[in-house]
Amino acid sequence: MIQVSTTINGDEHQFVCDPRETLLDVLRDRLGLTGAKEGCGTGDCGACTVEIGGRPVCSCLMLGAEAEGKEITTVEGIADGEDLHPLQVNFIKHAALQCGICTPGILVATKALLEENPNPTETEVRYWLAGNLCRCTGYDKIIRAVMETAAEMRENA
Amino acid sequence: MRYHTPDSFEDASAIAAAASGTTRFLAGGTDVLVQLRSDLVEPDDLIDVKHIPGVKDIAQTADGGWRIGAAVSGAEMMAHAGLRAAWPGVVEATDLIGSTQIQTRCTMVGNLCNGSPAADSVPALVAAGATATIVGPNGTREAAVEDIPTGPGRLSLAKGEVVSALNLPAGHGGDAYLRFIPRTEMDIAVVGCGVSLARDGDVITSARVSLGAVAPTVLLVADAATALIGSRLEEAPLAQLAAAASAACNPIDDKRGTIKFRTHVAGVLAQRAAKIAYDRAGA
Ligand SMILES: Cc1cc2nc3c(=O)[nH]c(=O)nc-3n(C[C@H](O)[C@H](O)[C@H](O)COP(=O)(O)OP(=O)(O)OC[C@H]3O[C@@H](n4cnc5c(N)ncnc54)[C@H](O)[C@@H]3O)c2cc1C
Ligand code: FES
Ligand code: FES
Repeated sequence: MIQVSTTINGDEHQFVCDPRETLLDVLRDRLGLTGAKEGCGTGDCGACTVEIGGRPVCSCLMLGAEAEGKEITTVEGIADGEDLHPLQVNFIKHAALQCGICTPGILVATKALLEENPNPTETEVRYWLAGNLCRCTGYDKIIRAVMETAAEMRENA
Repeated sequence: MRYHTPDSFEDASAIAAAASGTTRFLAGGTDVLVQLRSDLVEPDDLIDVKHIPGVKDIAQTADGGWRIGAAVSGAEMMAHAGLRAAWPGVVEATDLIGSTQIQTRCTMVGNLCNGSPAADSVPALVAAGATATIVGPNGTREAAVEDIPTGPGRLSLAKGEVVSALNLPAGHGGDAYLRFIPRTEMDIAVVGCGVSLARDGDVITSARVSLGAVAPTVLLVADAATALIGSRLEEAPLAQLAAAASAACNPIDDKRGTIKFRTHVAGVLAQRAAKIAYDRAGA
């Protein structure tokens, strides 16, 4: 077993894990952070996306042991207390989710996009999200919610 | 599985040399973790190279070449304006690997050392004339990238050898990599082609052409380069280029691409990549 210290959503966490355990396993099964989902376990669907160093990462393709010393943001950390992140508000407004399995990953991935590029084109948003699969919405409502959020965040910046 | 975090390549090499079971190095993990999770390969020893100082560095060498550390990710290459300007084909080839999330983690060294004949960055590296610096039990050596894969999943690296960096030469003209996939994103190359060339005025003075996914290893196609050298990319040399590229193919036949299709597309991509490299070399 390996002992790991890391920062998740601003809080310090210590955990012990088997070297084979992924970060996704650790988040869900050891730390009770079940926001990130396992859709595939092979890097294809993005449901497990978390943010590390400003970039989206598939937590299913990273070992828990590799989290040592890292700062990680999961979907649980993107709202400010009771105040939802503008992306969350617009996902609800535009009905950009149905079953919701893909939603945590898409929220984390798009939050990272808007921090890097506050004014993305629709094409840029679609390519950025190529690794986030959604079986329900057909993507259009997701894209609309992201584009509207980007516009709002630019106005309020 | 034992997880190691050595802080030098010498230590990484020593751990691998002493290991008796299945050994893997861990760069971005986008192949290692998939193989681990699907029970294809469970290493007895997993050696994470990311704690070694310098593995995340992209540095220009005294002779104008580039040294790219073994853990530099695709996203870090895309963010490096100097490297993009010098070797756009290599950077774009790496950028084709996977999604945004995969880009955060994937490395060229992992792409090379996973040994897939369809690895996207490898034809671009071969066309560029890249070399790998390899640390092993008997010291450090350098090898041409095309000499590293020996078959699907097989490498010429000896037990205990680990790649510490990839090196790109200086002072070339232009390069390009193109692949064919049936979708627009997130798919494995059916054919890939890298071209690197230099010009004197309008005339091509040197060239390297490489093909991926059409043989058990990535190929360096000397006849295709010969067709380009001395030309201004007129119709006749372009036709010769396509013929040489197609002739070099020894592909598999599957639902994603028949032998006939892959062989034809290799020629088409070689021509298109050559045109892009030619324009870049003249810019
Ligand atoms: C969803 C998804 C999409 C993908 N799409 C593509 C694609 O479009 N094109 C493509 O080419 N690939 C693709 N891949 C495969 C993979 O992402 C690439 O091959 C990637 O470049 C591997 O790099 P890595 O750093 O993650 O390697 P790792 O998984 O860390 O390592 C891969 C192999 O290299 C060896 N290795 C690592 N570092 C060293 C070293 N320093 N010295 C010696 N050996 C070493 C390891 O032992 C292992 O065998 C995809 C993978 C996923 C999960
Ligand atoms: S669960 Fe990680 S990408 Fe699907
Ligand atoms: S809402 Fe069901 S997968 Fe996207």
